[in-house]
Amino acid sequence: MTSERIFAYALPALVAVAVVAFWEWAVATFEVSRFVLPPPSEIVEAAVKHWVSLLDSAWVTIRITLAAFALALILGVAFATLFAQSRMIERALFPYAVTLQVTPIVAIAPLILIWVGLDNAERAVLILATIVAFFPILANTTLGLRSADRQLHELFDLYRASRWQRLARLQFPAALPYLLAGMKIAGGLALIGTVVAEFAAGSGTSTGLAWRIAEASNRLEIAKVFAALALLSAIGIVIYAALSLLERQLLKSWHESARPIE
Amino acid sequence: MLLTFDKITKRFPNGTLALDDVSFAVAAGEFVSLVGPSGCGKSTALRLIANLTQANAGRIAWADVQPALGFVFQDAALMPWANVEKNVRLPLELGGLDASKIKTRTAETLDLVGLSAFAKSYPRELSGGMRMRVSIARALAAEPSILLMDEPFAALDELTRERLNDDLRKLWAARNLTIIFVTHSIYESVYLASRLVVMSPRPGRVVADVAMSDPITRDPDFRLTPLYGERCREIRAALKRGEAA
Repeated sequence: MTSERIFAYALPALVAVAVVAFWEWAVATFEVSRFVLPPPSEIVEAAVKHWVSLLDSAWVTIRITLAAFALALILGVAFATLFAQSRMIERALFPYAVTLQVTPIVAIAPLILIWVGLDNAERAVLILATIVAFFPILANTTLGLRSADRQLHELFDLYRASRWQRLARLQFPAALPYLLAGMKIAGGLALIGTVVAEFAAGSGTSTGLAWRIAEASNRLEIAKVFAALALLSAIGIVIYAALSLLERQLLKSWHESARPIE
Repeated sequence: MLLTFDKITKRFPNGTLALDDVSFAVAAGEFVSLVGPSGCGKSTALRLIANLTQANAGRIAWADVQPALGFVFQDAALMPWANVEKNVRLPLELGGLDASKIKTRTAETLDLVGLSAFAKSYPRELSGGMRMRVSIARALAAEPSILLMDEPFAALDELTRERLNDDLRKLWAARNLTIIFVTHSIYESVYLASRLVVMSPRPGRVVADVAMSDPITRDPDFRLTPLYGERCREIRAALKRGEAA
């Protein structure tokens, strides 16, 4: 490991240690109420004490997030592929994709909940999170499919490539870096969408981390709220790291973004 | 004549007249260079021959059926996500050749341009000259009888360019190719071609059609001969005439 890479990991870790230490010290010294800001030690305590229910809820949130991400990926790529076939289709449908994107999901949550039935809150959350994660995949992939080199397109013309050959061998590979960038955004949004939708869907039958947070804050178990929050952040970081790793693996051999700096 | 370019007029959608009543013919086995200033429509002529764009008037006639074409683009136009071998085999795969044939043909073609050792390299790892070799290999892989080249060496350094010029002459002779080579370089066209079609600035017209059949063999010493200088002067004069007209 080069010293530069050690720094890249050591510096943020050092900051974390410093902040936690200061937090612990400040809460004790200034006698901050545990109902406003519990010390880190108490948060760890709460996490240990409630770990079964927290992990159960985390699993619900993770499951919905991953399902929403997968659905958004499939739908986004499918619609982008459709758009790449004809500008007419794109012009006809793209405004609705934008409309879906700019409408706050909190506002449509009650409607979706009624449509899928109040007993199926989890399904409503899945639909809402998918809507949130869908757009960056669609927009990026659409752009990517159009970004293949003009001369390469002419080469495919010259050899009378079929539409499918052109898609598979030229447009999809050219769109891959764009798709991966979209996936990194969508991964985070799927988690955010899941959490926001869980809040919006209310208690009902959904028992994800958002519900745990709402429940704990109602009972003024602030330490537990923080423990759940930390878990949410951890999930988000893992999703981002996994997608970054995937991006590096797929692009490292050829794409400019992955070229080592000389 | 293998190919007759007959009274072709081409107007771009924005109204610009690119080619105005251009005629020339190419016999099988010729190395024809289309030389002219930037924007004179010489690349457009090449694209018309390759059927990548359509003329507004005139016609392109082939001796019998249109033969297989190879096209070498201005910048190498390689797929960055595919290694050298996969780039070269693309036309064969699009043409639906069977796998074993694709394999041997690709290996042969890479050998021909001296890139066998780089089969697994990606375009970004190669120099400009090597990328252009890959591009030429790709054009040759499908064994075309006509090779269309659009200012292929314009972005290369002088020595690389001269080396590729010599290699191209050898390929032309060895493979019985007909080559139509677009360039704005007088020196390159005089060195390479067996015939020169000189074009005027836009709208492109043919201002001179000069046969350069002798000497048959060309090597770097040819550039030092009086004949070479004489021809460069001749082509320069023709280009000047085209500008004045």
